Amino acid sequence: MSARANPHAFSARRIYAMVLRYWYLLRGSWPRLVELMYWPTIQMIMWGFITLHLRDTSSWVADAAGVLLTGVLLWDILFRGQLGYTLSFLEELYSRNLGQLFVSPLRPMEMVVALMTISLLRTLIGILPAALLAIPLFAWNVFTIGLPLITFFFMLLVTGWAVGMAVTAMLLRVGLGGESLAWFVIFLLIPVSAVYYPVDVLPVWLQWIAFALPPVYVFEGMRAVLFDGVFRWDYFAAALTLNGVLLALGAAAFLWSFQVARRRGFLLQGGE
Amino acid sequence: MLRTPAVKVEHLTKRYGTVTAVDDVSFEIARGSCVGLLGGNGAGKTTTIAMIMGLLLPSAGRIEVLDEDMLAHRFRVLPRINFSSPYMELPHRLTVAENLRIYAELYEVAEPKKRIAELAETLDLVPLLTRPAGRLSAGQKTRVGLAKSLLNDPEFLALDEPTASLDPDTADRIRGYLESYRSDSGGSILLASHNMAEVERLCDEVLMMRSGSIVDRGAPADLIARYGRKNLEEVFLDIARTPGGANALPAQAAQ
Repeated sequence: MSARANPHAFSARRIYAMVLRYWYLLRGSWPRLVELMYWPTIQMIMWGFITLHLRDTSSWVADAAGVLLTGVLLWDILFRGQLGYTLSFLEELYSRNLGQLFVSPLRPMEMVVALMTISLLRTLIGILPAALLAIPLFAWNVFTIGLPLITFFFMLLVTGWAVGMAVTAMLLRVGLGGESLAWFVIFLLIPVSAVYYPVDVLPVWLQWIAFALPPVYVFEGMRAVLFDGVFRWDYFAAALTLNGVLLALGAAAFLWSFQVARRRGFLLQGGE
Repeated sequence: MLRTPAVKVEHLTKRYGTVTAVDDVSFEIARGSCVGLLGGNGAGKTTTIAMIMGLLLPSAGRIEVLDEDMLAHRFRVLPRINFSSPYMELPHRLTVAENLRIYAELYEVAEPKKRIAELAETLDLVPLLTRPAGRLSAGQKTRVGLAKSLLNDPEFLALDEPTASLDPDTADRIRGYLESYRSDSGGSILLASHNMAEVERLCDEVLMMRSGSIVDRGAPADLIARYGRKNLEEVFLDIARTPGGANALPAQAAQ
């Protein structure tokens, strides 16, 4: 028998194997690659024209160049982050591959890390062309935000992963019948995330909900940078803490659903 | 030194609500041996294998694989065992080579490219390596599934109907590969099959399942003699069609 790696360790190689699995799938289909870039670019173009229109009629938009464009790009990070995570997991249900995967030494949390990695790749592939295209089209360079942009990016991505974990936990319970969850659950967050308007526009009771979720701190933080040139560390700390809580809850939900799936035989059936 | 069995199953039970899929099953698989799991559709064969492989949690009972408690420490064992079933396919859009590469990485095979090349040669997969897994015939898919299950040179291999829906020539070649695996590696096999000739050829011992229970067991030749039949298929039919189980069989079977 061949020499074997330490079976107790969390394995970077198994995570790599799963990233490779999703990467092969992605690179094997040019329509998938185009689709990743298509919607963020279309959104950016549409909001770019809205910005051009409102700049002359709204002092709020005029005061901070690119506030709407940055909002739409950041929202897409949250949306694409979640979608990249969940759609990659759905591929295992489509191909009825969960059984094969989990008779291998793959651990559920290794799969989670692989899904996060491919979500990061998919998000970058989707968002970067739109962000770059905004420079010549609307004279707005989102990268001028600098280091705060990196914190905004990762805070939103992590929220997307946490929601993705919760959605995949539900998919493990209901199977492909819950496929549409991947597309609509995240939109529950958009009204309370204050993407395109300040959070104080919301009624007070809704502000309480908004402040319990990480994205609102990112979008308020984005406006603080664009309007006042200030990076709000307090918002960053709040987003970081809440993301930690959401990530832990998402992971717990996924692991719990995984155990239920093992009890009910879902990994064996793998799909419907 | 006494060698412990490769697999030891004690009082294994699986209930889904009021339905009992596997009912108080106990058996052992000796190191290097091949044990056949026979039974009609819904007898509990696949459920039993899924519990042994850690895919399904039992309602009661204990499973030891390669001296490890499968329920408590399955990650210690999973790198050393493998499973193949025509009912669990590999991702269709990925090529055979890509699929094998991914599983070689998952099993942390020392030299993945070399191992894949060896298996491709042995199982006649070389011309198929660049083809998407979804575009293969049933026989080709079975051979790819078998290659996947041999990637980590497993000490224990569970096979769920490995020759189902294959033509006689391909099925015979698969049986040949399994015989080679056993003789070359000394590995143990649990084989669920509906093909009695296959079981007679490959297995040292047979477990006859019906309605989730093991109703009889023994070496194929012993069972045939005990039931006074010409082959294992006739024994299978006796057991499957006798109300009340093997205890209600004709006199010669009970002797």
